[in-house]
Formats: sequence, structure tokens, C-alpha cells
Amino acid sequence: MTAPLLEVEDLHAYYGESHVLHGVSFSIAEGETLTLMGRNGMGKTTTIRSALGLLPPRRGVVRVRGHAVTGLRPHSIAQLGIALVPEGRGIFPTLTVREHLVVTARPGRWTAERTLELFPRLRERLGTLGAQLSGGEQQMLSIARALLTNPDLVILDGATEGLAPLVRQEIWTALRRLRAEGTAALVVDKEVKALLALGDRHLILVKGRIAFAGTTPQWRARAEENLALLRA
Amino acid sequence: MTLSLVALQLLNGVEQGLLLFLVASGLTLVFGVLGVLNFAHGSFYMLGAYLAFWLAERTGSLLFAVLLGVPLMLLFGFLVERLAVARLYQRDHLSQVLLTYGLVLLFNELSRLLFGNDVHPVATPALLSGSFKLGEVQSWPAYRLFTSLSCLVIALLLRYVILGTRFGMRLRAGASNAEMLEVLGVDVRKLFARVFSAGVALAALAGMLAAPLTTVYPGMGESVLVISFVVVVIGGIGSVRGAFFGALLVGIADTFGKVLVPSVSSAVVYAVMAAVLIWRPRGLFGAPAEAR
Ligand SMILES: Nc1ncnc2c1ncn2[C@@H]1O[C@H](COP(=O)(O)OP(=O)(O)O)[C@@H](O)[C@H]1O
Ligand SMILES: [Mg+2]
Repeated sequence: MTAPLLEVEDLHAYYGESHVLHGVSFSIAEGETLTLMGRNGMGKTTTIRSALGLLPPRRGVVRVRGHAVTGLRPHSIAQLGIALVPEGRGIFPTLTVREHLVVTARPGRWTAERTLELFPRLRERLGTLGAQLSGGEQQMLSIARALLTNPDLVILDGATEGLAPLVRQEIWTALRRLRAEGTAALVVDKEVKALLALGDRHLILVKGRIAFAGTTPQWRARAEENLALLRA
Repeated sequence: MTLSLVALQLLNGVEQGLLLFLVASGLTLVFGVLGVLNFAHGSFYMLGAYLAFWLAERTGSLLFAVLLGVPLMLLFGFLVERLAVARLYQRDHLSQVLLTYGLVLLFNELSRLLFGNDVHPVATPALLSGSFKLGEVQSWPAYRLFTSLSCLVIALLLRYVILGTRFGMRLRAGASNAEMLEVLGVDVRKLFARVFSAGVALAALAGMLAAPLTTVYPGMGESVLVISFVVVVIGGIGSVRGAFFGALLVGIADTFGKVLVPSVSSAVVYAVMAAVLIWRPRGLFGAPAEAR
């Protein structure tokens, strides 16, 4: 058996003295789509930041294709083929759309042209500054920018949050296409239905611990309990 | 004031402003991109001037001195960033001021130790020792034309790098969200080190070019530092375009101030700064808060 693309084992993360992650473990195989569910403040973003080296964990190991990357700087981890669409989208306000498609791009299957086919709306905005885009356009651009690093794994910390229904549709469609192309994904979102339709496996995080991990049928088999874990 | 005198002062002002731009552009970049308030920036100007003096004495040519000196200062800037400035990125402005002011004292002592307290003249290159006649009495030195044109070329080059290359994109992206760059695979530490050492080399180049005009002496960086901060504030913090127009404005205002109101000339640039800030509180090209 080959090593998972990303493997997180017994992750403990802190903000100063406050202990936020209490031994989070999971793995993502090549081409797999894993979703990460949980109410606000349960540690989804912290898990992602820890795995990517933005908030180095105090304890635990992160491996990419079997190699420990704990302690590496974020750009080195990213260069192993992981790209982030962060909470808040992380658009550069003073760069144009066109520049976003170039600034961190690495060669590979995804070209600027292909991302513009995925999100045609961006084509009309090529000369527009990031700060002037709508929320939906920013999210599309953030995804396009991530894809242009030609990653094997895309991490979306909030796929459609705060966006209009039509834009959400467009983004879920894009994520299905990614999945069909064999790009692995870790997807955080509030839309449980959409996550269940998209993901191969699902995690529910409660107060920094994994409270559920399983496939879509397994999730549905205990839907009541899981929904209770997610209810605000 | 005769027309030719006005023209002469205008040319001098522009020339002084262009030299100032070389210093201020680095200062504004280091603050805008790295977030470091760098009090040692004037010292790099001074070190450039001393290096030009020393190398010109040995090679017999200021041109050689510049060609050798700029790469040396690039390297020196890289070392200073790695050894000292890199420790400041997570710190507040007070720590930054303390450490970089410490560097100022260090570099001043170092230059005194090596070159004494004397004022050292640097010869204008023979090829550029002539001058152009402006009307009946006035003339403008060819060397000033040369420095002006050199600075203009560098300004255009800088504009191209910042607006037209991927390095420039990353630099602008890093100014607003360095973490995002890092997590998409860009080595931000390396980017910052490059920006810092480029800033050092630009300031040093200004010092080298200015050396024949101002002579070389200990502490010559301080007044340049203060005036560069004025330029950065006028232009808008982090804006290289702002530094360009701010520097021209300050250069011209300073030159005319010295001629028209000699008794209060040192206050003129601050009056200009105050006027600009009343008109545009963030400076000429300062980004609004939400875009930073
Ligand atoms: N920068 C921070 N400093 C201190 N505590 C934080 C910080 N960011 C998040 N937290 C805390 O860590 C916990 C997990 O937050 P987060 O990972 O953002 O949750 P989620 O992404 O699931 O909403 C929350 O209790 C939150 O208050
Ligand atoms: Mg979050």
C-alpha cells in the first residue's frame, strides 16, 4: 500500500496557553475528497493551519506521501503539492486578477486558460484589482490561484461560505470537476448536504477532537447524532 | 530671479530629488513590504559614499567604484538582513527603531574608525567635469546631468520590476499578505532578504553618486534619513511611485527654499509635508486602510 498523500497524526496545537487541538488524526489518499465539518470555533481552521506549518503543532506528526514535514516552513510543505484556499479567501487587494493567475503559479496541467474555462466570470475581470471583486469572484480567484500551483491536494477552508446561491452552485460544480480529474481535496463548509454529496469520507470536529470519521454511508447511518454534533 | 536662475534651481532640485528617490524607494519598500521601520537606511547611503571614496582612490575611477561597490553593498545588505533585520519581522516598531538605531551608531563608529573624522572629497570623473551653459551667467555641471539620468534610468527599471515582473507581483502581494504567498509555495524569507538588500544597494548607489557633490563625512546619512522619511510620508507609505513624486517635490522645494527664504529654508520641506498631509492624509499614493 502506498503512503497517504497527507497524513496527520495526534496533532496538538495551542494559541499561547490555550490548547485548541487535542490529538487530531486523519489521512487523505491520492485523489480522495475528505470533508471537515464542525461548528464555529471547533478547530477546523487551526487543524489546517497546523498541518500546513502556519501554526507549528506542539505535538504530533504531519506527513506528506510518507515523509514527515513537521517543522518545515509553509512554502516547503506547499511545494510538495498542497494548495490552500483560506478562510477569508486571501486575495491580494493590490494585484489584478491576471496577476493572481501568475504570482504563485507553477507549471503543470492547470494553466491560466484552463482556470478561466472553469470560472468564465473571471475572464471579464482580468484587469480588475483583487480589492474590487465581489465575494464570489474572490472565491473563484482564490480557487484558480490554488489550482495554478498545480497541487495534488487542494484545501478549502470554507468552500462557499457567505456566497450567493448561484455562485455556490458554480463552486460545487468546479469541485466535482476537480474530483473527477483526480485531484484530492480537503473541504470545509457549512452546507452539510453538499459536502455529503461531494466527499468520499467525512470528519466532524468537536472542540479540537475528531468526533466522527467515516464514509458517506457511514455518516448517513448515524445522521441524527452527526447533525446534533453540527447544530449550533 | 532671472529665468535662467529659476531653470538652474529647478534642475538642481530635480537632481537632488532623483538622488533622494533612490534612498526613499528602498525605505518605503522595506517598510511597506517587510513592515520594518529602518533607521539604518541613511547609513547605507553613507557607507555607499565611503565605499565610493575608498574604491575610487584605489581604482582611480568613480565608475569602477560604483560597478564594484553596488554588488558589494547588495551582499552587505543581504548579510545585515540575515543577521539583524530578520529578527525584527515579528517585533513592534519600538524594537525595530532600537535595533536599527543601534546599527546607525555601529556604522558611524565603524566609518570613524576606518576613515577618521575628516571630510573626504571625491573627484568628479574627468569625462563629466564639464558643464552646460544656461543663459548668460549660469551653467549646470555635466555630472549632475549624469546623476539625474542615471537615477531616472533606475527609476524606470524599478517601475518595470515592480509592475512588470513576477518578482514585482510577489513584492506587492507580500506587502498586503505575506502569509498567503508563503502558503502557496513562495519562500517569503528569501523574498524579504532580496527586497532589503535591493533597498540597501539603492541607498548606497545614491551615496556613491552623491559623493563628488557633497563630499564624504561621518554621519552624512542622518540628514538623508530624515528627509527620506519625509519623502516616504509625502508619497504614501509603501508606494514607490509616491516616493518618486514625493522626492521630486521635496528636492525642488528644498532647493528653492534655500534660495528664496534662506533663513527658514530647513522648514520648507516640512511645510510641504504638512500641506500634502492636510490635502491627502495618507500621502500622495498611500493605500486606503482596507487595501493594506
Ligand atoms: N489567533 C487565535 N488566538 C487565540 N485563539 C484562537 C485564535 N484563532 C482561533 N482561536 C480559538 O481556537 C479555537 C478554534 O478556532 P478555529 O480553528 O478558528 O475554529 P473553526 O475554524 O472550526 O471555526 C476557537 O476556540 C478559537 O476561539
Ligand atoms: Mg474556521
